[in-house]
Parts: sequence; structure tokens; C-alpha cells
Amino acid sequence: MKITVGAVVQGKSSLAYKTGNWRDQRPVLDVDRCKACGQCEEVCPDSAVHVINETYVIDYDFCKGCGLCAYECPAQAIEMVKEEK
Amino acid sequence: MEKKAVPQSDAFVSGHRACQGCGMALSVKHILRATGNEVIVVSPTGCLETFTSPYGFSPWGVPWIHHLFENGPAIASGIVAALRAQKREHVRVLAIGGDGGTFDIGFGSLSGMLERGDDVLYICVDNGAYMNTGGQRSGATPTYSSTTTEPAGKMSRGKTQLKKDLPMIIAAHGAPYVATASAAYIKDLQKKVKKAMTIRGSRYIQVDTPCPSVWGFPSERTLEVGRLGVECGLVPLFEMEEGRVTSVKKIKKRIPVENYLKAQGRFKHLFAEGHGVKEIKEIQAMADANIKRYQLLKEDKAGKTTTR
Amino acid sequence: MRNVKVLEGSEAVAFAVKACRPHVISAYPISPQTHIVERLAQMRADGELDAEYVRVESEFSAASVISGSSAAGSRSYTASSSQGLLLMTEVLYASVGLRLPFVITGVNRAISAPISIQVDHQDTISLRDSGVIQIYVESSQEAYDAHIAAFKIAEDPGILLPVMVCMDGWILTHSYERVSFMEEAEVDRFLPAFRPLHFLDEKNPKTWGSYAEDNVLMEFKYSVQKAMLHAKTRIKEIFSELSKITGRDHGDLIETYRTKGAEVVLVAMGSMAGTIKDVVDRLRSEGTSVGLVKIRCYRPFPHEDLWEAIKGARVVAVMEADFSMGSEGAVGMDLKAKVCGRPDAPLVLDFITGLGGREVNQEIIEGVVAEAQKAMINKSTFVESCWMGLDPTIVP
Repeated sequence: MKITVGAVVQGKSSLAYKTGNWRDQRPVLDVDRCKACGQCEEVCPDSAVHVINETYVIDYDFCKGCGLCAYECPAQAIEMVKEEK
Repeated sequence: MEKKAVPQSDAFVSGHRACQGCGMALSVKHILRATGNEVIVVSPTGCLETFTSPYGFSPWGVPWIHHLFENGPAIASGIVAALRAQKREHVRVLAIGGDGGTFDIGFGSLSGMLERGDDVLYICVDNGAYMNTGGQRSGATPTYSSTTTEPAGKMSRGKTQLKKDLPMIIAAHGAPYVATASAAYIKDLQKKVKKAMTIRGSRYIQVDTPCPSVWGFPSERTLEVGRLGVECGLVPLFEMEEGRVTSVKKIKKRIPVENYLKAQGRFKHLFAEGHGVKEIKEIQAMADANIKRYQLLKEDKAGKTTTR
Repeated sequence: MRNVKVLEGSEAVAFAVKACRPHVISAYPISPQTHIVERLAQMRADGELDAEYVRVESEFSAASVISGSSAAGSRSYTASSSQGLLLMTEVLYASVGLRLPFVITGVNRAISAPISIQVDHQDTISLRDSGVIQIYVESSQEAYDAHIAAFKIAEDPGILLPVMVCMDGWILTHSYERVSFMEEAEVDRFLPAFRPLHFLDEKNPKTWGSYAEDNVLMEFKYSVQKAMLHAKTRIKEIFSELSKITGRDHGDLIETYRTKGAEVVLVAMGSMAGTIKDVVDRLRSEGTSVGLVKIRCYRPFPHEDLWEAIKGARVVAVMEADFSMGSEGAVGMDLKAKVCGRPDAPLVLDFITGLGGREVNQEIIEGVVAEAQKAMINKSTFVESCWMGLDPTIVP
């Protein structure tokens, strides 16, 4: 990548860096148990939980596997599962 | 795995390099949701700056500048002056920095900004040490926490001094709005940010942002540890307006400080064979003092505090 | 008729800055620059200057405030001296790397310790590695003109670097000279509003201040050097453009004074050049073959122009009011680096003069010429720089 004047960088360019490969465990959402409370989306530090057509979906491109969504889910609808290499 | 579009409306997006479970990253996501996108953000050197600015990969969806470590507030003051000169005052200025750049090396710059009353919302994302460089002691490190420059050892129990009471110092500068918040209480944080944005002048919010990597707890417990800090009274959440405490977040169910301390590796030396009994008592006394000072328990009735 | 005033050098600078319509000025006091910022404050208080004026709590913040305002897209200015300039050092390096243009007046003053408020060039010379462009002036008129040029140089899209106009403390700032002012319309035509390459813009969010790994850092630094080399050409063009409007020609990157055919060429910066010109005139009238090259633009270092001016000489005597402890005077080192190895290069001698306000008078200058002539005859160089005018009775 060419250098820019003053090393100025375009905003939101981090979307090109997939932090998903940091994981050693991944959250798996049980849609039937999900009460759509929005906690998981709220507590994800990496903005890796999205609401699409009223369904909660994990973005595995960026999920670092921290486990916060699973820990905080009031319905225990998310389970952390060891990442398969 | 379905492919989905990442919401572009957020001003703080995925791909940043914060540690798993970072309380700071979580706070910043919500701070920007509360402020909206017509803001310019300044950050001094620190965790936030480093994990958001490897060259070419920035998660910031708002204009953002990192200059140096000790001048976050002064850079912000300069931007405010420029916006006034350009008649772009509808654009607001935030400075978001860690405790190192706020309590210590940036303190002079912060004091100058506050004394001038420059229209900046300064948010300190406080994890109680120089975490970016591995966890050295700062003025914000809590008493008896072990850090790498003041570690627990045969002759030491970690930091002996108190955490600098920065909110009070800032209030004494005459800042119209000073608040403390926590990454564990997101709605409360958002509410305080929104309120701060309705005010012009120098405003300050200090956010307790637990750090799994260095405080030493599993990354999924970031919010849990944050809650323990608040519920034991060591992390009081309050608002000060025009120099007076106008609201506090009442403790739902009070817990002893031990519950908070033993959940973290940085205090583990206090639990080694009864070595920390005296220190834990002292920490409990600090929590007690906070509870009394800020009227943090529900049954307290004081004229000026309001329950949450 | 041109507007001519007799006024203090500081005041002339304040008028020049005002004419450039800065958006943001930051101010922190330190002798001997304070009159500049005070004059600007009074102009603002009387409604004559429409700029944001930020009274900061240290020079670190003075430089930081204008870095922030520059990044936000505003023309910005401050002034400092000595300890204050050193305190700004970190900020200046960072703003160079971020390519943030602004103008600073570096009012030259010695550096502690011992503390001295008198003039020498150690303060601005200490910043020579930073990437800040440095212009040194000989007179209040030159200071006035240089400040107006400085904004145009700094903001040039091919440059985008801070520019420091260096002027001798007390000698220039606090003495009264005749200064001819430009018309407001002339300045506006010469220097239109600042149009940044990019700026902190909520409509087009970008990120400033990334960290660079080892695979790109060298290239970033090299790009600053490239900008500085390019700046040599643009600075000449800008000075020339201004000169055509004002009718005043101070020279471009250097000024040569009676160097044609000179055997001994003195090299100097700042107000001492004025005294040196007088001595050159007298010595020439007495038959001594001597001339002066006054360096105006010190960074980027104008070695090509210097070489052209000195190559015919037999000996070059650099007279400078600064010293790099443990080595030599900085200007001498810069020149020797470019002369070294060139066939038929003149002998280059380094003289240290005028530290801490020690007067660079006729006697000192004649002494330098005499030493230079001696060395020329003996074909001998100096092992160490020659410190002129030391009082041997007080050195233990």
C-alpha cells in the first residue's frame, strides 16, 4: 500500500482486517432460545453481532471469541464452542 | 455461514485490534452511538490509540487525530478554535484517552483546557494503568493493585498511594459537567454522554473500563468485573453539575470489596496466605467512605441525590 | 506611496501576521518574543484582528493548539523562544510527520543553563533535525516580509510543513527600524485563504496519527526529506513572487554580499550579517578580498546555492552563534558535509561567536577575517572550532 501524505488514512479502513482469526472459541447462537433482547449486540466490543431481519447473527469475520455475548445472554442462548482449525 | 452487511451507521467499526473482551473498545462503540457522527475525536497515545491506528486500518468513522501523549486536551482546544473560526460549531469535539494520558502526562494540558473552559467533552477510558505498554502504575491505579513498576513482592503490596481523585479536581476547575461511568453500565454511560453533549464548555466523563488482559480475568467477565467494582462501592458512579453531586447510581445489592478483588489477578497477592488482610480492610474502608460520601446505598435519603 | 512606519521589530511581525489573516493564534509568554503575542492580543482586543486567540498553559500546548487547528483546516500561528522552543520540540517533530502547516516565530535566545535571556541561535538550531523549515532574518523589514512568505511556504500543497521565522531576540524584536508595509489587498492576492490537502472533516472522516511498522516508517521519513528538497525550489519562487510585489529583494535561500572574487568568504545568519556587511565594506575599501554569504533558508540547507557562492574562494569562515557540544558548530558541520571531497573546495573554518548575547562587533569580525587569512596562507585547518572573544582570565 502506497504511503499517504502525513500518513493520513481513510476512516473505517479496519474492515479490511478480519480479526476473526484471533479466535480459539466461537459463539454459537441457539435461535430458538434467543429472546431478541439485544444484549449480545450491545456487549460485543468488536461490533460482531448484527441484527438482520430481526434475527441475531454473529459476524465470524470479526468475532474474536471473547465470550462476552455468551456470558451476558440472559436466555443462555449462546454457547462458546472450541474453534476447529 | 451467511454473508451479511456490516452496519455502516456505527462510527466505530469492526477490525480494530483491541484485546478480546476490551472494556475500552466496548465503551467507545457506545460513546459514539450516543454522540452521533458530527464529532471530531482526539486521542492521546495509549491503548485506544494503538488498537485503532495501525497504518491503513482505522475503525474510526468520524474524523480522528492522534498527535502525542501529553497533549490530547491541547489538540482538542486547537480544533475547537478552528471550528469557531470556520463557523462550524455544530461539529463537536471529543477527546477520548486513557488514564496515563489524562491523570499523568496529559494532566497539565487537561488543566489548561478546563481553565479556559474550551468546548470539549473529555472522556477518560480508565483501566488504571499504562496498559498499552504492559501495565505500569499510573496516578489512576487503585491502592494495593500490583503493577509492573510497583509490583507486589516480598517487600511490597503494590501501590500504596490513593487513586488520584480526578473528577473532583476537574470539578474544582469549574467544569459544568463531570461524571463517572462504567463499561458495565452501558445505558448509564450513553445517558451521561448524551447529557454532556447538550452542554457547551469543558465536560468530563471518567469511564471505568475493565481490562481482562492485565487485570487478570477471563475475557467474558469484563462486564461482571465492572459490576463488582460498582456494587462494592470502589467505583462510585455519579454526576456533578456546577460543582455539586446531582445524581448517583445507587448500589443494587452491596457486596464486600473482597468479591471484586479476588476476581482479578492484579490483587491476587492480597489473598496469598492471609498476607493481605490488613490491606483488604483498608480497601473496604475506602469503599465505605465512597458509599458514605456519595450516598450510594438505596436507603440513604439526602436532599440532593436522586435514585436511579 | 507605501505605508512606512518606524516601529519595534515585534510589532512589525504582529502586523505581518495580522495581514495574513490567521484563524487561530496561540500564546504563551517568554522573553524576548512576548511583545509579538501581546501586540496581537491588543489588536484583537481593539477589534482589528479577527482570529481565535488561545492563551495556553505552556509552550507544549501552544504548539499543540496550532497543530490541532491546522489539522482542522485553519491557518495558525504562534511565537516562542529558547526554553519554549525546546519544550515544543516533540510537538514540532510530530506535526512535521503529520504534515501540518503553520508558522512560528522563533525569537532567538540562548538556552539554559546557565539561564540567559540574551540572543544566540542555539534554540532554533536545536530544532534543525525536525523537518521544520527555518528562515533567518537580518532586519525588521526582512522579518515582516519573511512572515508573509512563510504562510505561503508552509501551506504550499507540495510542502505542508511548519515554517519557523528566526529573528534575533532584543536586537530585532526590541529595536526600532523603518518598515514598509504591504497593502492589505496585496497580501490577500499573494496569500489567499488556506486550502488544506485534507482536514478533520465530518463529511469525509479520516484518521491522523497512525503508527507505522518497520515496513513503512523509512518511506514516511523519506517523503518529508523529499518535501524539503522540493521546498528549496518553491521557497525561491515564493520569495521571488513577493519581491516583485514589494520591490524588496532580500535574496532567496541565501544572500551574497560582495562575494565576487573574494578570497575570504564569511558565512553567517541573522542580524550579525548586518554588522558583517559594514566590516566587509570597510575591509574591501582597504584592499582586503572579503565577502559575505548570508544564509536565509537554513533548513532545507541550500548547499547548491552556497557552493556556487563559495566555490571560488580560498577560505570560508562560518560565523555562528550556536554549538553542538562535543563536536562543532552546526552550520559549519552542514557546510563542511557538502564541501568535503569536492575538488578545489575552499578551506572551511568554523567560528563560534555571540553566544548568550556576546556582541558580534567589528573587532570580532575583523579577528575572524584575520584568522581566516592566516589559515589561508598556512593552508591549515582548525582541529576544533574557534571560539571568538573568550575572556581567558575568567576561564579556570
